[in-house]
Amino acid sequence: MNKILLIIQREYLIRVRKKSFIIMTILGPILMASLMIVPVYLAQMKSGDTKSIAIIDESGIYDNTFENSENYNYFSLDISIEEAKDKLPGLEYYALLHIPETKVILPEKAVIYSNNQVTLEVKNHLKNLMEKRIEELKLKASGIDKETLLSTQANIDLSTIKLNESGDEEKSYAEVAMAVGFFSALVIYFFIFIFGSQVMRGVIEEKTSRIVEVIVSSVKPFQLMMGKILGIAMVGLTQILLWVVLTFGIYTVFTTIYADTLNVQNTKDLMMQQQGMSGAMGANQEQIAEQASNPQVAKVFEIIGSINFGLIIGSFLFFFLFGYLMYSALFAAIGSAVDNETDTQQFMLPVTAPLILAIIVAQFVVQNPEGPMAFWFSIIPFTSPIIMMIRIPFGVPVLDMALAMFLLVAGFVFTTWLAGKIYRTGILMYGKKIDYKELWKWIRHGS
Amino acid sequence: MDFLVAENINKEFINHKALNDVSISVPEQSIFGLLGPNGAGKTTLIRIINQITSPDSGKVFLNGEPLSPHHVSQIGYLPEERGLYRKMKVGEQALYLAQLKNVPKREAQDRLKKWFKKFEIDAWWDKKVEELSKGMQQKIQFITTILHRPNLLIFDEPFSGFDPINANIVKEEILNLRKEGATVIFSTHNMESVEVLCDHIALINKSNKILDGPVKQIKQEYSTNTFTTKLTNLKGSMRVELHSDFRIEHHEVKDNALTAKITITNNSSPNDLVKNLMQIGEVHSFNEVIPSMNEIFITKVQENN
Repeated sequence: MNKILLIIQREYLIRVRKKSFIIMTILGPILMASLMIVPVYLAQMKSGDTKSIAIIDESGIYDNTFENSENYNYFSLDISIEEAKDKLPGLEYYALLHIPETKVILPEKAVIYSNNQVTLEVKNHLKNLMEKRIEELKLKASGIDKETLLSTQANIDLSTIKLNESGDEEKSYAEVAMAVGFFSALVIYFFIFIFGSQVMRGVIEEKTSRIVEVIVSSVKPFQLMMGKILGIAMVGLTQILLWVVLTFGIYTVFTTIYADTLNVQNTKDLMMQQQGMSGAMGANQEQIAEQASNPQVAKVFEIIGSINFGLIIGSFLFFFLFGYLMYSALFAAIGSAVDNETDTQQFMLPVTAPLILAIIVAQFVVQNPEGPMAFWFSIIPFTSPIIMMIRIPFGVPVLDMALAMFLLVAGFVFTTWLAGKIYRTGILMYGKKIDYKELWKWIRHGS
Repeated sequence: MDFLVAENINKEFINHKALNDVSISVPEQSIFGLLGPNGAGKTTLIRIINQITSPDSGKVFLNGEPLSPHHVSQIGYLPEERGLYRKMKVGEQALYLAQLKNVPKREAQDRLKKWFKKFEIDAWWDKKVEELSKGMQQKIQFITTILHRPNLLIFDEPFSGFDPINANIVKEEILNLRKEGATVIFSTHNMESVEVLCDHIALINKSNKILDGPVKQIKQEYSTNTFTTKLTNLKGSMRVELHSDFRIEHHEVKDNALTAKITITNNSSPNDLVKNLMQIGEVHSFNEVIPSMNEIFITKVQENN
């Protein structure tokens, strides 16, 4: 037992000390934190600076259309457009809107002049205002007044509320659940691939450097294989743990530094508290929404708050760990059967196919996380690590979850047993092209 | 007493029988040569002794006890297919391998320092293995094989890849270790080194042991009762004077001296031959022709095939 710890330690340390590991560990959280921060920041941006817009309205029909708002200040100019164009570079207006006079029809053309390219947002904003005004005039011309029209419009605010077992209400966000599920499924997919092929390469390295026979004269081949798999599992867990801690670290630091600008200090504290809990969230979200002065920022926080981080991180760790363990045993078996990495191709396909299938199926499951497809693929061990992660944010019955977990652990035991048989024969076999028939013999006869 | 005994070992792989009822006994503190052509089954037998593979039937005893996992730390094994982790530092790697053989870390460090000093390779401690030449790597490999002070050392083709100087250092060390009490099993094709080092041998061919015993005894057995002699002051012709029990294999006269190779047949003794020779001339030299291990090896294997 002591020896397997030595092997785990070696496998762990040589990888954690690598430059690539350190770089990945730093880059990952920056990327993820920015995924959380940027929406907050963008929501904040809108209420940022006020733009001054000069208007020369020759048609005279837009008198009350342009009202000063938080983001826009309008100034009517009483000069000719030629004069204004000359002066514009010197003036402090962001843009100049020129609405030329048209005699017969309603003026539906206008020009924006500016020193710098106007943003699409400004352009659309002005366009909307003008369109509304023209519509109004056209309606009036056809004898419908504005009130009548407004009374015919319907605007449905459909919010979805998830009832959990304790009877509390939770605001749910299908889009967010989708995004979170898909994101964690993708991460598991990549992690299984990345760390699984690290196991494979490690085995090939031991074989080609011919150290393997020296080592198996000290430890059992199975110990060597498990030591490597577990050592690399620890590397993966370390990476995930560092990512989670650093991501929340960066996020906390960022929101603290910009607390004033974001006006979310209290919100953030509440956020952090509730992330620890997985129970009733509705109440907290209401509080957050109330406390945040900016409704858009509040909305972003509410969405982030609606994610049950405890459950997701917990099940992520479980499904990553056992999904990885199950697959990496197979990767180890492949590594043991070949002499170099180029020979791995023929054996890689059957191992990677279920993973790739899972990612394809994931796109359908995310549309219908309760359906039979979602159920079966989230139960079968070879796809469950990915598909179950998609289902979790939508809520999964305890029985489904328990079954998936049980089968995944059983799958891990099975592949490890199978891989062990291939591995102990394969690592001592040199210079022989191995095919499936040969592998089957190894499994049946052992050595 | 025999330090290692393997009894009636059978091992069958999927496509062929690797060992067929092979038994060997390795006396304590001896250097035991395990000989045989490629693919004879030597490496399989060595792997069984190292508990890397298990035999289908048969038993192995180490120092009287049935072989079990705790014996791993008593055995030092230098396989034919050998190597080190290329990207790992020399010192770290040697420590790791020693710890896998149950040597405590601190103890291993002290012993390694001594060996590194002895082999004058202190400066390599923090170098990566891939930065070293092949000969340098072999030295480190050798140290890691013996660092845990095993009672039983198993070397599979130890001299392949060594330059003559390093090969000599290794040879000296093997003899030293034997003097300190280790028993050595030594698998090789290199018959010269067998001649120099081994006390006992076993010859395996096509999965069967076809010969074993002390080297001297085997040589005696395979000696053909042939002698070389040199005579001067010839009094008569050898062809005429020599008794019919003695067969001339080779005969050459040069500068009034005769060299000849003679085989004794029937029940005559070497003394009879010498007496006979004295009648022919003055005996300047008289030596038994002892077959080399190489000759025995080739004869035996060809006979068996």
